[in-house]
Amino acid sequence: MSHTRTPAVAGWFTGEGDGFRLLGTRCSACASVFFPREDVHCRNPHCAGGSLEEIPLSRKGRIWSYTDSRYRPPSPYVSNPELPWEPYALIAAELAAERIVVLGQAAPGVTVAGLTVGMEVEAVPGVLYEDAETAWTVWRWRPTGVTE
Amino acid sequence: MTADVAVLGAGMHPWGKWGRGFVEYGTAAARAALADAGLDWRDIGSVVGADTVRGGYPGYVAGATFAKALGWQGARVASVYAACASGAQAIATARAQILAGLADAVLVVGADAAPKGFFRPAGGDRPDDPDWLRFRLLGATNPAYFGLYARRRMALHGDTPEDFALVKVKNAALGALNPYARYRKRVTAEEVAASAVVADPLRLLDICATSDGGAALVLTSLDFARRHGAARPVRIRAVSTVTPRFPNTVLDLPDIATDSAVSVAPPAETFRASIARSAYEEAGIGPGDLSLAEVYDLSTALELQWYEDLGLCAEGEGARLLREGATAPGGRTPVNTSGGLASFGEAVPAQAIAQVCELTWQLRGTAGGRQVAGARVGVTANQGLFGHGSSVIAVR
Repeated sequence: MSHTRTPAVAGWFTGEGDGFRLLGTRCSACASVFFPREDVHCRNPHCAGGSLEEIPLSRKGRIWSYTDSRYRPPSPYVSNPELPWEPYALIAAELAAERIVVLGQAAPGVTVAGLTVGMEVEAVPGVLYEDAETAWTVWRWRPTGVTE
Repeated sequence: MTADVAVLGAGMHPWGKWGRGFVEYGTAAARAALADAGLDWRDIGSVVGADTVRGGYPGYVAGATFAKALGWQGARVASVYAACASGAQAIATARAQILAGLADAVLVVGADAAPKGFFRPAGGDRPDDPDWLRFRLLGATNPAYFGLYARRRMALHGDTPEDFALVKVKNAALGALNPYARYRKRVTAEEVAASAVVADPLRLLDICATSDGGAALVLTSLDFARRHGAARPVRIRAVSTVTPRFPNTVLDLPDIATDSAVSVAPPAETFRASIARSAYEEAGIGPGDLSLAEVYDLSTALELQWYEDLGLCAEGEGARLLREGATAPGGRTPVNTSGGLASFGEAVPAQAIAQVCELTWQLRGTAGGRQVAGARVGVTANQGLFGHGSSVIAVR
């Protein structure tokens, strides 16, 4: 398989392996952080508005909450209706430095049975879906110390 | 505080999966509300429609669509969309027109014909839309968010799935008494526990269904109501339509992330709590004055959250309040006497209006087997996608 790896959304994350990072933006005037990235104007109502600069977010966070999807989500989620539905977990992770909670799918193989609120997780790259030419990539949360 | 407006008429189309168009449900509810008010459609000076995004252009211009179906008669018209808060914003629009003297009698209508299964975003490739993105990138359905909130309550407050199930048991028993409810069967805790998990820890019977349905109100000035024989009508005293305040630190539908609290401290109260406080302040009442509450039980766990956000109990004590029976019939503040979304399901633009229909019947003392004895003050609470507050306080 010589699939090209392409982000399913542009500009939200970068890198591979240990170098993987979510990308947000930070206001140069008030230091507010935005994810998904805010590129037009700072959304802090108390801020006159500065320039918005891209920053990598902390790689590690702690679980704010989690759940899973036992039924196939509707489109525009892409899944193969010919295959049986494989539930995946969803993790909302709180990043201490940025004081932000970011939702993401859990890495493959992670189930709700192995999760607790407060557990440490790290952002890792994953493949959301593949078509004939392309592996569309996304971010995933994986408990630290777990390897695929 | 502002002046009151009168609820002269309330009407609904029964909720369910009827397979017909939203216009039919809305006009049926409108005719029922007009009959209840003792008015002819030609007496109405303004019509406000709560929009549905699923009806194509007719749904996006619901006010005029209902007016056409009822027969063009030259009324002032408005159409409003605020997702689940659409009905509350339609009521707010009607109230503002009455208080400004632009109309004496306003018809408010909301109706929907919902799809089966999960709600999904509008069609097409739309990567600028947070609602589209959460489905595309995460497959995060509405129940997934309800599951996150439920699990968070379990971790923070020690709530259990058994607590959640008791909400369904309570609401289903009330829905069994409501002729407009879609589900009219009592449910046991065992039946909730035996239903399939949808989004851990929530099961099928913890989560509200999608439904067809319609609801309508005739709102008037107090003078108009008196002239039409209603000396002591139910009155709307407050309508809260507030937005969150930055930084909103509770993950909200349909967002993928919260605001960051790195530069501004989070507000002392959550968005949901601010919706209720705004209504209380406008009405000049507090939670201790309530006879009943209609809250948005999109999931059983979310109803417990509303107890706290409405100030019926302290944070983290919602499950205890439920177990004590304080929110059940005969309790201090019965919640979701209509049966709630647990019994109705979601018909988005109709929901906030339907909540006020229930308050109206309760405050008139005509709610039959669901009647809260001596009901004097009622509150509704819900929250619209993308940061729309929605709460109405009615009194008699």
